[in-house]
Amino acid sequence: MPKVTFREDRCKGCELCVSVCPRKIIVMSEGMNKKGFHYATITDQSKCLACAFCARMCPDAVIEVEK
Amino acid sequence: MAKVFERPKALADVVTHYCPGCTHGIIHRLVAEAIDDLGILDRTIGVAPVGCAVLAYNYFECDMQEAAHGRAPAVCTGIKRVRPEAIVFSYQGDGDLASIGAGEIVHAAARGENITVIFVNNGIYGMTGGQMAPTTLVGHKTTTSPYGRDPKLQGYPVRIAEMLATLDGPAYIERVAVYTPQLVMKAKQAIKRAFANQVEGKGFSLIEVLSTCPTNWGMAPVDALKRVANEMVPYYPLGVYKDIDAKGEDK
Amino acid sequence: MGEKILMKGNEAIGEAAIKAGCRHFFGYPITPQNELPEYMARRLPEVGGAMVQAESEIAAINMVYGAAGAGVRVMTSSSSPGISLKQEGISYIAGAELPCVIVNMVRGGPGLGGIQPAQGDYWQATRGGGHGDYRVLVLAPAGIQEMVDVVQDAFDLADKYRNPVMILGDGMMGQMMEPVMFRDEAVTKLPEKDWATTGTRHHPGRRNVINSLYLQPDRLEEHNDHLQRKYAEIEANEVRYEEVDVEGAELVVAAYGTTARIVRSAMEAAKQAGLRVGLIRPITLWPFPVEPFERAAEHAKAFLSVEMSAGQMVEDVRLAVNGKKSVHFYGRTGGMVPTPEAVLAKFKEILGGEA
Repeated sequence: MPKVTFREDRCKGCELCVSVCPRKIIVMSEGMNKKGFHYATITDQSKCLACAFCARMCPDAVIEVEK
Repeated sequence: MAKVFERPKALADVVTHYCPGCTHGIIHRLVAEAIDDLGILDRTIGVAPVGCAVLAYNYFECDMQEAAHGRAPAVCTGIKRVRPEAIVFSYQGDGDLASIGAGEIVHAAARGENITVIFVNNGIYGMTGGQMAPTTLVGHKTTTSPYGRDPKLQGYPVRIAEMLATLDGPAYIERVAVYTPQLVMKAKQAIKRAFANQVEGKGFSLIEVLSTCPTNWGMAPVDALKRVANEMVPYYPLGVYKDIDAKGEDK
Repeated sequence: MGEKILMKGNEAIGEAAIKAGCRHFFGYPITPQNELPEYMARRLPEVGGAMVQAESEIAAINMVYGAAGAGVRVMTSSSSPGISLKQEGISYIAGAELPCVIVNMVRGGPGLGGIQPAQGDYWQATRGGGHGDYRVLVLAPAGIQEMVDVVQDAFDLADKYRNPVMILGDGMMGQMMEPVMFRDEAVTKLPEKDWATTGTRHHPGRRNVINSLYLQPDRLEEHNDHLQRKYAEIEANEVRYEEVDVEGAELVVAAYGTTARIVRSAMEAAKQAGLRVGLIRPITLWPFPVEPFERAAEHAKAFLSVEMSAGQMVEDVRLAVNGKKSVHFYGRTGGMVPTPEAVLAKFKEILGGEA
């Protein structure tokens, strides 16, 4: 099963990953990271295709994808 | 489990100063991926510009020089001429490359310097607070074109890829964008080739990357991507403008 | 040591640079220094180097920045208006602490000025010239052999202090022919350039960055304090000058470069006329030789600065004499070279007035 890891403390909350996820399983968190951003996180890992679109669009290299 | 995607080694593991959603971050990562793929990190010397990417010397794991505004192609020339075995690249914005450094880029290209230039065009001066750039589109409002760029007052935006492609010096010039994952992958291939050309001694390569400035455009990052697609690409068409390896196929 | 050969100033500089290990030269044409880049364009390929003709003086000095940052000995040359254009880059080079040698064959100014010999760039050379608190070592030879010697010295000083060094000549120095002899090799032990950007394969585990940007004010002040300590060390150790007949002189003249040669002629005539005139000839314009002026102020009646300018070095002479004695000035501008007769007349005027 694919695994997506977000380094949440590095996220700046830009939402580019959310906008490109084909399965719509990335959401912005309610809480904030220590930089004060609502960070991106994944809701349902089991639906992930490991397409890495999110990681490719992330300007801050927050996301790692494994399969 | 196999890694499908991970942070490239050539990208320093630090938080950048870039605004949320600024695509400089993507472009930095692509440069780092290209360096990793070609295995050239330990002989690469980068040159940072003045502008938003001024601190780029903190973001790559290779030796770096910070140049004066617009002078990166001259600095690259100096490095490459004395260290021909090194892989030398500049990373420059539109104010840096297309305005104050127009002379330096034209002549580095004309000399066919065997260097790689990453030209980031977002049509605005980001670092200084959103002033009009040489690449600002007609009608676009900036702090120094508050009524929208008017060609009668402020002239027309400069198309660098097309302009440099008229010269005999360059080996490879392509304009790419990064507003979809597919385009990011395409941009990666172009940037990688621009470095590979240098490794192979083919000469001057420049990749113009259309980029965003959510902060100074006053847009959400996702909307800024749409603006690149809808407004910038029609004026700055994507594609290969010069390629010495594909004779007869140049635009 | 080689044998003596007859060479033109501009070409002697080029050969001396090559002897000092310089293999790369970046330049842009401007009169009256073109023989130097032309010589380098011919000679450097013979020794495995290259002369690159840049698109402007601005590009040339930034090529020097890149090359110096990559750890090699590098030179550029120009003349006054071109040096003005290079000032941006010189400030960056000083800020990033890169070693390089810059030759200025001074011509008349301001603006486009003229193409005849002048010394109107003294302020620009000795006060840094560009923006910020920095200094450039300035060497002013007064003959072709000395030109050769200071070029080799200049590269050593640049490397020793990681600082730009300027050689200040003028059209006359560049065009003049005299017999010269070259030192075979550098003898000075210099520090390794372990700071240079040569690719991390040459210094594993450490990333080198050439930079003059410090966004934190306290870090920038720290950097400036470091530069000032370096400049103080240069002032303490690297002053070079020549004294002629200063002991017992009533009038002590300050002059450098071409002008010092004219003053020497006037001094011969003065001696015949029974006048006691001495010369302090600064070879380093910065650091300025303050100490010989302090010593001379104990016995001389008056001082005179002779320059091909409207009076620039005279300010440093006044600072050095510090009000102890009167300081006079004689100068011509615009490429008009003072005659020994006119200088002698000035000696007589001053000594007559003081007597």
